[in-house]
Amino acid sequence: MIFEDEPVPGYPLPILPGHTSPGRLERVLRAGVFAVTAELAPPDSADPEDVYRRARVFDGYVDAINATDGSGANCHMSSLAVCALLTRMGYAPVMQISCRDRNRIAIQGDILGGAAMGVCNMLCLTGDGVQVGDHPQAKPVFDLDCISLLTIARTLRDEHHFESGRKITFAPRVFLGAAENPSVPPYEWRAQRLAKKVAAGAQLIQTQYCYDTVLLKDFMRRVEDLDLIGQAFILIGVGPLRSAKAAEWMRTHVPGMHIPDAIIKRLAGAEDQAREGRNVCIELIQECRGIVGVSGVHVMAYRQEESVAEAIDRSGVLAGRVPWFPERDRSQPLNRATQ
Amino acid sequence: MYAVRLWSTRHARGLERFYRLFESALVRLHGIASAIGYTRLERPVAVVERAVKGFLFDCQMCGQCVLSSTGMSCPMNCPKNLRNGPCGGVRGDGRCEVKPDMRCVWVEAYDGSLRIPGGLKAMQALQHAADRRLQGTSSWLRVAREKAAELKRIAP
Repeated sequence: MIFEDEPVPGYPLPILPGHTSPGRLERVLRAGVFAVTAELAPPDSADPEDVYRRARVFDGYVDAINATDGSGANCHMSSLAVCALLTRMGYAPVMQISCRDRNRIAIQGDILGGAAMGVCNMLCLTGDGVQVGDHPQAKPVFDLDCISLLTIARTLRDEHHFESGRKITFAPRVFLGAAENPSVPPYEWRAQRLAKKVAAGAQLIQTQYCYDTVLLKDFMRRVEDLDLIGQAFILIGVGPLRSAKAAEWMRTHVPGMHIPDAIIKRLAGAEDQAREGRNVCIELIQECRGIVGVSGVHVMAYRQEESVAEAIDRSGVLAGRVPWFPERDRSQPLNRATQ
Repeated sequence: MYAVRLWSTRHARGLERFYRLFESALVRLHGIASAIGYTRLERPVAVVERAVKGFLFDCQMCGQCVLSSTGMSCPMNCPKNLRNGPCGGVRGDGRCEVKPDMRCVWVEAYDGSLRIPGGLKAMQALQHAADRRLQGTSSWLRVAREKAAELKRIAP
C-alpha cells in the first residue's frame, strides 16, 4: 500500500476527513487492511543509533513501532525520545505513556511535546508496579489511571484545553490507544472495561499477549455483543516464546502473563524449542486474522526482535503488502510476491 | 481490616441500601449543618468517617468516595490507585500483581457490583482523575453540601 500523498520522511501526512491524526497507522487501519505493529525495547544508552538499529530490524514488516515507557518498571531511554528519533526517519511510532512515573502535569506536557515532534499515536497505559522492575525503591506515582489519562488526552485534542481548563493554542493531533488483557480476571468484565476505554477516547487497542485463544475468542464475542467493533481497532498481542523454561519464567514473573500449560508442554516436547516458539507465534497470528473484529496483531518479541520479520512473512498476513520504511520506495519492487 | 473489607463487598447490597438512606438523612440535615458551618464540622465528621469507613472498607479518605460504583470495594486500596477498573496485571487466581497476598480490589469490586442492583452500570461510569487536594477530607459532608445545593437549584 502506497499513499499518493506520501510526504518527505519526517513530515506529517495530510489528515484525511474523519481521521484524527496525520499518521500512517491510522491510515492503514482505516483502509481496512490487516495491520502489524511491533514493540521496540528502548536501549539503555544515549546513542540514537541504538534506537535506529532496533527499528531497522522491522523494516518492511510493520506499520508502526511501539516505544515502551519503562516496561516492566525497568529504566530505559524515554518513550518520548525514542518516538521523536523515529519520526525523524519517517517511522510511525506509538508512544506508550505509563501513569507509573509521572503526574498529570508531566504527562500532558509530554503529549504536547510528542505531538510537536511528529508522534501521531499515543498508547495510554497504567504501567507495571515498581516492584517488578530494577528500581523497586522508587516512588510509584499513579496520579492518573489509564482511563482518566485517555479522557485528558482526548480533551487536549478535541477541546483544546488542559485538565485544569487552561486553553492550548494548537491541539495535539493524535490517534489514541489503550491496552487490554483478555487473559486475566475478572474475565467477564474485560470487554466492559474495553467499552469504558472506548468511551474515554480509545481508538486503538493493543492487547497483552494472548496465548489462550479460548479466552481471546470469548472476549472478542463479548466485544462484538457490546457493539465495540468498528468503534476501535483491536490488535492482538502475540510473540515468540524462546523455550518452555522461558515461558514458565514469564508466566510467573511478568505481570498479566497467561500461558496455557498446553503451549508449555508443546515447547518442552519440541526438538528446537525456539523454532517451535516461533511456530506457535505464527499460528496465533494466522488464527487472529480469522477472528471477527480483529484489525491486526501487535508483536512483542523482547530480545528476539530479529525473528519478527520472519514470523510476519511466514504467517502471510501482509498478503504481499510492504509497509513503509525509510528505503522502501527507492530500493524494492513495490509488491512482494504473494505466497 | 482486610477480613472486614472482604465482608463488606460480600454485603455490598445491604451496605449500599443503608448508604442511600444515610445520604438522604445527611442532605436533610443540610440546614443545621450550614447553621453550624461546614468548615467547623469538617474535622469531627472526618474523624468519624475515617473510623467507620476505615473499619468497613479500609477507606483511605480520598475525599471523593465512589464506593457505590465499585461494589463497596475501595479503589484507593489498589496499589496503583486505579479508579476506573482493574489493571492488566491481575493474577490468574484474582490476586493483586503488586501485593500478592491481597485479592485485586477490582475483582472484589466486580463481585460486589453484581450484588448491587444497577451496580455494573455504575461501574461503567467514567471516573475523572482524583482531586488530590481532597485527600483527608470528609466525603459525606461534600456529598451532603453538593446534593443540597443541587436540590435547591432544581426546586428553589
